[in-house]
Amino acid sequence: MAGQPDVDEFSGTETTGHEWDGIKELNNPLPRWWLYTFYICILWSIGYWIVMPAWPLINSHTKGLIGHSDRASVARSIEEAKAAQGALASRIAETELDQVSADPELLSFALAGGRSAFAVNCSQCHGLGAAGSRGYPNLNDDDWIWGGTVADIHQTILYGIRSEHDESRQNDMPAFLNDEILTREQVDDVVEYVLSLTARAEDDAAAARGAEIYAEQCVACHQEGGVGDRELGAPNLADQIWLYGGERPDLVETVSASRRGVMPPWIDRLDSATLKKLAVYVHSLGGGE
Amino acid sequence: MEHSPGIADTALSNPVVETVDVQPVNKQERRELYKKREKIFPKRVSGTFRSLKWGIMAVTLAIYYLAPWIRWDRGPNAPDQAILIDFPARRFYFFFIEIWPQEVYYLTGLLILAALGLFLVTSLAGRVWCGYTCPQTVWTDLFILVERMVEGDRNARMRLDKAHWTVEKFARRVVKHGIWIVIAVATGGAWVFYFADAPTLLPQLFTLQAPAVSYIFIGALTLTTYLLGGLAREQVCTYMCPWPRIQGALLDEESLVVSYRTDRGEPRGAHKKGQSWEGRGDCIDCNQCVAVCPMGIDIRDGLQLECITCALCIDACNSVMDKVGRPRGLITYDTYTNSQRRERGEPARIKLLRPRTIVYGSVIVVVGLIMLATLIQRPTLEANVLRDRNPLFVTLSDGSIRNGYTVKILNKRHETRSYGLTLEGLNDPKIAVVGQQDVGDQARFTVKPDSLGSFRVFVTVPTDAVADSSMPVTFVVTDEDDGTMAANDTSFRGPDR
Repeated sequence: MAGQPDVDEFSGTETTGHEWDGIKELNNPLPRWWLYTFYICILWSIGYWIVMPAWPLINSHTKGLIGHSDRASVARSIEEAKAAQGALASRIAETELDQVSADPELLSFALAGGRSAFAVNCSQCHGLGAAGSRGYPNLNDDDWIWGGTVADIHQTILYGIRSEHDESRQNDMPAFLNDEILTREQVDDVVEYVLSLTARAEDDAAAARGAEIYAEQCVACHQEGGVGDRELGAPNLADQIWLYGGERPDLVETVSASRRGVMPPWIDRLDSATLKKLAVYVHSLGGGE
Repeated sequence: MEHSPGIADTALSNPVVETVDVQPVNKQERRELYKKREKIFPKRVSGTFRSLKWGIMAVTLAIYYLAPWIRWDRGPNAPDQAILIDFPARRFYFFFIEIWPQEVYYLTGLLILAALGLFLVTSLAGRVWCGYTCPQTVWTDLFILVERMVEGDRNARMRLDKAHWTVEKFARRVVKHGIWIVIAVATGGAWVFYFADAPTLLPQLFTLQAPAVSYIFIGALTLTTYLLGGLAREQVCTYMCPWPRIQGALLDEESLVVSYRTDRGEPRGAHKKGQSWEGRGDCIDCNQCVAVCPMGIDIRDGLQLECITCALCIDACNSVMDKVGRPRGLITYDTYTNSQRRERGEPARIKLLRPRTIVYGSVIVVVGLIMLATLIQRPTLEANVLRDRNPLFVTLSDGSIRNGYTVKILNKRHETRSYGLTLEGLNDPKIAVVGQQDVGDQARFTVKPDSLGSFRVFVTVPTDAVADSSMPVTFVVTDEDDGTMAANDTSFRGPDR
């Protein structure tokens, strides 16, 4: 590069001296104002380092003169969003549960808020789509153990099922085999009878023996014909929906050892507006009564 | 004509034509790195192309400033501004066209048409866009006009520029920059009318009631108009705009570009009245073409990157040729092949139909027809059905299978419409709509004018009618008044059988 600048023969323009496979880079003239613009940008960047957070330090970073922080501005935005929802949230808190759906504005607010609260608090067990899984009820269907009105659902969410809360929904099915109430043969007979309720029995004699045991041991809760009792939280045994599976081995296990699923109470963890939103949301999923 | 006999600077050559002492400041030999910008003082010129440019300036500025004020009746539930970009409502209105955000592909089509139009024009006649219609050119022309009215023509402006600061110089500069800023503010002011109802916004702007964003945009456009049109001028075209580089690739040897006819002009030289024209060229080296050039180049050096083909040098040279009694067209729109043909003694001809122009032209026609056809057939009703994917399906206590769908109905009419929903392809489906009581086998929805209605629909099928884990189903949405239909295919999912 020293000495005379290299000039490209064809264009008559100076080159930078850089050459790749015979192709030279031309040093086309840039006007002075543009050069100054470039210097101004450099000066600007120095000012930017001083004013804005810029340099990483060992445990922290330079904070900048105006103290800008993305984290703080996100927190501020969240606060603003909460404040913006304040009016609707307090209206929901004041509105009777069964009246929320009557107000379209409140309903859409409740559904949106309920969906996000469900995703955060409930989806771990019930699934994001509330389809549940073995032992965790599907909330989309029309089969409700403890009732499917919005008030029933709200009650369940508030206090849980078999939880430590005093108001919790409580029941306790005996472990008929483990507690030596029934023998293994009797358990099989009862299961045969329960299968007969959904027309799946294979041994009519066993089912008949099971019916007698059912009338003694089970009918108080599960009712005649196995239709269940929501007051007691006794599931319907005559429908197509089984919380713990409806095949013979599943039923044998249920009768022998009982099932004692627990849902925690939410009244102490969520505010009353959120609890109402959750109830309205779950009620809207398709099975609400 | 101000270059009349008597005021010529150096009347050595010809008593009629002034020879201007001017250097093309952007001539290639004069380029150097980081050179200080040399001011250009374009001289006034009149002629065919100057008149054409005044006309185009008037038309383009009139369109820009007046278009937002055109009214267009769309009925009671829509704005009556012919051209409106309504960001809050997410609508774009252009006369009879109304575009929703998801139809932005119309804009893509428009941009394709604009690009192809530019390609076609450039391959036919060079940088026509740059020379006549580019906003940078139009506004710079307007700013130079103001400058000339306040400070005088080239010589007066040069004298004023060199003069020491006096009250007169100061006054003229203040008036010039003042008018420039007024034009710049008006430019920004007109811009914001495209985004709001113009008659409402105008009084708001003056009473400081308008939204802050209006003032921000007016301020930004005032700044850019003043900087680019008033101060930067040719620097924008030469150093900032990518378009000259691209256009170089669009020209071919048959493109009409502003050219100096070397075969006629050379050898150039001063010419005295009454001298013979034998054995010399028609160019009398008066430099008028250089003096009028707003880009600071000498067209006689050939086609250059700086040249925006504004054709003012053609006007300047033609009036000189008239005075010295030689034919016009020493500088003219010409093609590269014509200059070669003349060298070979063949007649010049213009070839407009070339593979390049035919391809550009036919693609424009095809894209234009597609755009037109889709715009004419643009539906006033659209339906989209989103099937729930979590859960895929729900088994009910009697064993029947239920699927959930979100039905979105786009009512593009400016009135409330009612729609019926029917299903095709399922055996004995039962429809339920969230928020509606028993709907039977046909659900009805009401959608507000010019908006989207979203509905949750549950479809239940008895267990023995679910033949497969996935069954095709068609949602048919029908406008109850005029029978317009929108069908949407989706599927109904069930357990594996």
